Amino acid sequence: MTVTATITSIHSPDAAAQAAVEMTGAEMVIRALEDHGVDTLFGYPGGAVLPIYDALFSHDALRHILVRHEQGAGHAAEGYARSTGKVGVALVTSGPGATNIVTPLADALLDSIPMVVISGQVPTHLIGTDAFQECDTIGITRSCTKHNWLVSDVNDLAAILHEAFHVAKSGRPGPVVVDIPKDVQFARGAYYPPTHASRRSKRTVRTLDTNAIARAVELMANARRPVFYTGGGVINAGPRASAALRELVRETGFPITSTLMGLGAYPASDPQWLGMLGMHGSWEANHAMHDCDLMICVGARFDDRVTGRLDAFSPNSKKIHIDIDPSSINKNVPVDVPVIADAGEALQALVAAWRARGKRGQDTKDWWKRIEGWRARQCFAYEQSGDVIKPQYAIERLYAATRDRDVYITTEVGQHQMWAAQYFHFEEPNRWMTSGGLGTMGYGLPAALGVQAAHPNALVIDIAGEASVQMTMQEMSTAVQHNLPIKIFILNNEWMGMVRQWQQLLHGERYSHSYSHALPDFVKMAEAFGCVGIRAERPDELDAKIKQMIETPAPVLFDCRVAREENCFPMIPSGKAHNEMILAGDGAAGAIDDAGKKLV
Amino acid sequence: MAPRSTSDSRTLAIVVDNEPGVLARVVGMFSARGYNIESLTVAETDRAAHTSRITVVTGGEPGIIDQIKAQLERILSVRQVIDVTLDPAGVVRELALIKVRSTGQDRIEALRVSDIFRAKVIDTTLESFIFEVTGSSDKIDAIIELMRPIGLVEVSRTGVLSIHRGAETDKIITSDAAKPAATSL
Repeated sequence: MTVTATITSIHSPDAAAQAAVEMTGAEMVIRALEDHGVDTLFGYPGGAVLPIYDALFSHDALRHILVRHEQGAGHAAEGYARSTGKVGVALVTSGPGATNIVTPLADALLDSIPMVVISGQVPTHLIGTDAFQECDTIGITRSCTKHNWLVSDVNDLAAILHEAFHVAKSGRPGPVVVDIPKDVQFARGAYYPPTHASRRSKRTVRTLDTNAIARAVELMANARRPVFYTGGGVINAGPRASAALRELVRETGFPITSTLMGLGAYPASDPQWLGMLGMHGSWEANHAMHDCDLMICVGARFDDRVTGRLDAFSPNSKKIHIDIDPSSINKNVPVDVPVIADAGEALQALVAAWRARGKRGQDTKDWWKRIEGWRARQCFAYEQSGDVIKPQYAIERLYAATRDRDVYITTEVGQHQMWAAQYFHFEEPNRWMTSGGLGTMGYGLPAALGVQAAHPNALVIDIAGEASVQMTMQEMSTAVQHNLPIKIFILNNEWMGMVRQWQQLLHGERYSHSYSHALPDFVKMAEAFGCVGIRAERPDELDAKIKQMIETPAPVLFDCRVAREENCFPMIPSGKAHNEMILAGDGAAGAIDDAGKKLV
Repeated sequence: MAPRSTSDSRTLAIVVDNEPGVLARVVGMFSARGYNIESLTVAETDRAAHTSRITVVTGGEPGIIDQIKAQLERILSVRQVIDVTLDPAGVVRELALIKVRSTGQDRIEALRVSDIFRAKVIDTTLESFIFEVTGSSDKIDAIIELMRPIGLVEVSRTGVLSIHRGAETDKIITSDAAKPAATSL
């Protein structure tokens, strides 16, 4: 059983009073952001948040990136957070400002991204009167935040802001909202720095369960068919977690796969890497998951895109599950050895215990032989022939052209996202920003802005689809205004490709409303925004145009025309098990039965 | 609310910060994740410690109950979750107000039944009684069933309350310093 200790505040209320400085609520917001090391925030002004914007006016040290829609602010903050490991911050007004950022909040909650959203609210005396631009922000965001606060007294504001940052980044990270009525922003009160604020939610130290670690190592030592299954939790746990994972995987010699969110924690170039698992994961990763006798899950949550049919999920394996959130344990899949801990801490303990045990584990040579057999199927093979660019080829060429650079990739959601995960390879964590849990089309472009703001000299590419990118393409204007030279690489197949694929496989090829009619001319659109537009239509011109894109020191919209009806394979059809996945060559018709059609 | 089931019912006492919206956080988690609430009781219990106690009767397989507890502990405003059903020294009580409208022999029988259950008459007219009765949910169910054929017209129930038997307390965490780890998740 995990022992829990609690660290109490070392500062007395008297000390806090001594450290107090009087200022307005709006000034407190700015001061708190500075005290928490925030250098960039993303936002959009409006009536109920004007006092904070007024305070921001004279603070040049804090970089404010003006977006074109509050959803953009939220996703940009997510991209900033995911690529730096720091808390992302967004500032929005009341009413529509708050409702527009609900999607990024839900996105950040599902993907465990630390984010603080500060929203203006109508003055206290107008709350509940259906005032102009009033909405119940706390009620609306309750289920898509870790926690939220309505600040009714300016003297509570400092403590709430400090707690908000603590809650966003501690434990399993996530988004929080601080809703501040306009009169509270104007009111004067006492501000305490974070070191002196008394916190209600305490910083807690969870002692690692050494018995569980010992049991885990015993299972690992006796496993004949082990596999590591890792997720976004390893990336959230910081660079030391990725480093410990690499050590452990290399020392054990076990194969490793990862979720979409976990890509980059383990280098894709390593021979022990099996590729991503799940619905569009690799043949070898999914078969290894199905046939293993020991699964070591680190910072992943057994979601339905990973498990496929639950009652046929890895039927003969013992399961070790390392997760910082106790509610993740046994939620979807019962496990044998739960370890509630930070992924980095647990991995380091496993490395130490594995080394201390001395005697190496069972021979996994036969297991690797089977894995090599699965690998030999070459599940990602495709044919690039003729005059039409295959989307897979486009990603491969993009990867080849950028692999020696300081590159960060974001994506939208759909086929292009899966192809990016399959054909772009990551060696380091924090390089891959994608909407995994919520599946938010329109995420990638604003997320790329956030990444570029954090890494001004890096090459930041949003791998997009022509449908997704239209959901947030107004943010190209933000890119131009703030000199954020992101590259938007659109795999343009003129279809909502994943919708079309499912309609083909599940709905008798009735393509209901999935064709991208009336597409804009993306090159002209780029030029209208003040970006650079590039179009590639033939395989033989692709490399040169990609090179041109990379070398352009401005935002680029790249309209890559690709094969229109290419499907994304391999695929575990809905309602099927890992070992029932289909490859590109298999007849896909009828692959999904009636029960599977009812699933998402 | 779904009809009350008896076999897999579990009573959870949830100690929360007494602040606006806390009930919505707890109840919202149940509805968002599709868990059942059979009954719900809530009131401030310790003004100094700024806590309220929410007692929820819910149901489900043991795995579901563990999941409900873990999800409750993720809520920042939740200080502690006590599984009353698992506590051999746990006492649970419910209070009901029962209105019976009858005359003649039924009226006498209603009084007799109320006596057996040690219910109190708290209001009467020439053709009605209101009884106040406390006890376990099963006992309340029983008196309601007996009153039904003899003029039962209305019932109001509080839902379940619980407390730990003996001098020991539920070790409710009242100071900020001792919040459980899960709340910071």
